[in-house]
Amino acid sequence: MLFYAIQRIGLSILILITSMAMLFTALKLIPGDPATIMLGSRANAEMKARITEQLGLNDPVIVQLGTFFGRLLQGNLGTDMWSQRPVSQMVLENLPYTLVLIGVGLGWAALIGIPLGCYSAIRRNSFIDKFTGVISVGTISIPSFVVAIYAILLFAIALDWLPVIGAGEPGDWNDQVLHLIMPGFALGLGWVGYLSRIVRASMLEVMGENHIRTARAFGLPEFRIVISYALRIAILPTITLLAIAIGGLLSSAVFIEAIFARPGIGKLIVDAANMRNFPVVQGGVLSTVALFALTMPIADLLVAWLDPRVRATL
Amino acid sequence: MGLMGLILVLVVVFCGIFSQWITPYDPFKIIVPDRFQAPSLVHFMGTDNLGRDVFSRVIAGSRIALSVGVSTIATALVIGLALGLVAGYGPRWLDNFLLLIFDSIYSFPTVILGLTVVTLLGASVATLMFVVVVIQTPAYARLTRTATLSLKNSEYIQAIESLGASNLRIIALHILPNVVGPLLIIASMDIPSVVALEAGLTYLGMGIPPPAPSWGRILQEGFGLIRVAPWIVVAGGIPLIITTLGFTFLGESLRDMLDPKLRRIV
Amino acid sequence: MTGDVLDIRNLSLRFESQQGAVHALRNIDMAVPRGEIVGVVGESGSGKSTLALTIMRLLSGNAVISSGAIDFCGADLLKLPEDDMRAIRGTRISMVFQDPMTSLNPVRSIGAQMADIQYRDRTASAAQKRRKSAKALQRVGIPDADVQLDRYPFQFSGGMRQRIAIAMSLLQKPELLIADEVTTALDVTLEAQILHLLRELRKDINGSILFISHNLGAIAEICDRVVVLYAGEVVESAPVGDIFNRPQHPYTKALIACDPARIEKVTRELPVIAGDVPNLHRIPEACIFAPRCAVAIDRCHTTRPADVLAGREHRARCHLVAGARP
Repeated sequence: MLFYAIQRIGLSILILITSMAMLFTALKLIPGDPATIMLGSRANAEMKARITEQLGLNDPVIVQLGTFFGRLLQGNLGTDMWSQRPVSQMVLENLPYTLVLIGVGLGWAALIGIPLGCYSAIRRNSFIDKFTGVISVGTISIPSFVVAIYAILLFAIALDWLPVIGAGEPGDWNDQVLHLIMPGFALGLGWVGYLSRIVRASMLEVMGENHIRTARAFGLPEFRIVISYALRIAILPTITLLAIAIGGLLSSAVFIEAIFARPGIGKLIVDAANMRNFPVVQGGVLSTVALFALTMPIADLLVAWLDPRVRATL
Repeated sequence: MGLMGLILVLVVVFCGIFSQWITPYDPFKIIVPDRFQAPSLVHFMGTDNLGRDVFSRVIAGSRIALSVGVSTIATALVIGLALGLVAGYGPRWLDNFLLLIFDSIYSFPTVILGLTVVTLLGASVATLMFVVVVIQTPAYARLTRTATLSLKNSEYIQAIESLGASNLRIIALHILPNVVGPLLIIASMDIPSVVALEAGLTYLGMGIPPPAPSWGRILQEGFGLIRVAPWIVVAGGIPLIITTLGFTFLGESLRDMLDPKLRRIV
Repeated sequence: MTGDVLDIRNLSLRFESQQGAVHALRNIDMAVPRGEIVGVVGESGSGKSTLALTIMRLLSGNAVISSGAIDFCGADLLKLPEDDMRAIRGTRISMVFQDPMTSLNPVRSIGAQMADIQYRDRTASAAQKRRKSAKALQRVGIPDADVQLDRYPFQFSGGMRQRIAIAMSLLQKPELLIADEVTTALDVTLEAQILHLLRELRKDINGSILFISHNLGAIAEICDRVVVLYAGEVVESAPVGDIFNRPQHPYTKALIACDPARIEKVTRELPVIAGDVPNLHRIPEACIFAPRCAVAIDRCHTTRPADVLAGREHRARCHLVAGARP
């Protein structure tokens, strides 16, 4: 089991390194003065000089590559030229907000989507099944930022029930929860549909297998068969598919954070991008890539933990 | 469901192609005295803060959305197809190398990759299209590669190889036709996400620069004015919903109809 | 007929499909006397498994019972509400399925699955259920039973899995065990072991077994009575000795003649029954076996034969049965 974990993480690290190398290369390929590219035309000469010195932009490429990775290993993501703060600190400040948002969004989507998918599989072609099917396709395809804007229009402007801006007062739980409702809703809406579809497909496949028939032949209650026998198996590919789609979740989170002016990695990147502040963008991007790269092995490990067949092959 | 999708798609495509002729007003014309008019018979979707007719802007936006969507996907298809064929048919190390590149691009969440590129290259139509192509190509390349590999090892191809056909000939005559069909369907299902990506990036100010009436631009402007002119935001969202729903419904029905064949390749 | 644990009378069943109805079972009459092993033999497509699933009422949604009754200890199974039927499954009637590789849940341990079957024993503790499960495993010849309870199906061979399935089916001491082709997926040695096991266990539970198979040798080994099924009809039923020594129906005779174990002369080819199993969409007004029958007469192609008595407790559905009397 340990060896398996190491293998999966190793592969992810390799991909991570390649991504970062690509980012680095991309930077080098763009014509023009690196300092200007990274900081935009608003930067003054002093900032440019500082960044040139800090990143060694005039050194040979190999040296730069080395310093780049060396710094990364130390957790040093560079310094923001405008505020003189370490980027890693900025990232760490904002990351928890994003994680909470993603957690809430995915959480409610799972709470509703998975049972809906199960029900659709059991009561195939019922009204709820067909209705869910159409709604799912609909909600999956509508962009999350459109949902967010319309939600704001309805719940904040028209009805004035919920706050729009920010994450709420620190320390005030109720306020923070209130501020999470709309963003979480907008983030998770498309995922309710996605989850219910993949759970439905998985369940249909599992419920048709012989061992379910055996369980019925022993007179086990249908509820127990669905949950302990069928869902237990059907959830496994669902977890894997979820992990693959996390990238989309992170992308949506960027929009949600920008629209609701919530602190988070997404907002960090967007604000920095608007200011052409590349070091911060880079730091934020690298953290999201790392986050994303970690989800696959975590999902695989989760599946291995749940599925004794996988455990046995390790 | 598919029928509704087809209707929606046709509406959008129609607007896109004929937008110049069907807009009731000039989308760019600024008439300051007319600003902030709520939707009415004169201005179907009202006017924005510069007096521009929102409905016309929406229709004009369809041209942008569609042209960006189709051209970028087409480009990504061609490049992805080529790369996938190379990866499938070429030497092992090349395949591994390309796979690594693809997976690395994959590991960037879409929007974030977009933001990064725009930071470096500045916001413009070209940058946006470049971003989309970079994002979409790995998916198509991977699909092509998988199909190529499985076809390459099939007995049918091996028989032809043993008859002395050159690799190029095999690729062109036998593998390509089998791959293109399903690939096209999958690509057409990506149109909604590309349109959404363009709108999203433009909304953040990172996409197509003003005054082009991209739907994302309309949403962005509308959001700032949401309390005084809520109709702008509504107007901006509707075409996006129509487009995404339409293409997705259509794509789903198409996929259902062709499912057994699709499974073979994918 | 009292003393029967199972009595099927005039059972007819069809499957509705887009291409029309498939008449899978027609006028089935058979019984399982208490304490006996009754074999159901027939080739693939004869309806054997459908019959088993009908008794258990585990059929798919498009199955329609057009007529008949299945009497189980005084109750008609076909008329029972689903909850009552569910109470019977696994406790009074149990079933073991054909494919041991797919009929057990792969992600739950053997012990968990066996404990689940005992869920109705509300007074028994988990430890008690576990002991009962371990004993059942021991009884079917699985060594080190207590340890094995925590293992998963994929950790056992096919033969062992079938034993486990049998152990599970006997946990609640059912009055009737349906064994649906339980040895078909196993090799000959394993088959012999399982047959031996079934015979032994029958004494243990003092119950009856409905043994479904296409293997005549297995049928001959353990059954007391045999029912021959062809294309959804019972064509012959008799005590086991009669079936093999004095078969009356041409199909039964052909089956026995084709059994590789019975070949006495060296020939270049294996004997087969010419023709194919008929299409069950449209049932002709004739003997269902007539197209493939070597001794069919004109009447066989025009009239459906009645089920006639051909000896003591020996019935056959054929126009040519000697001294045919209804």
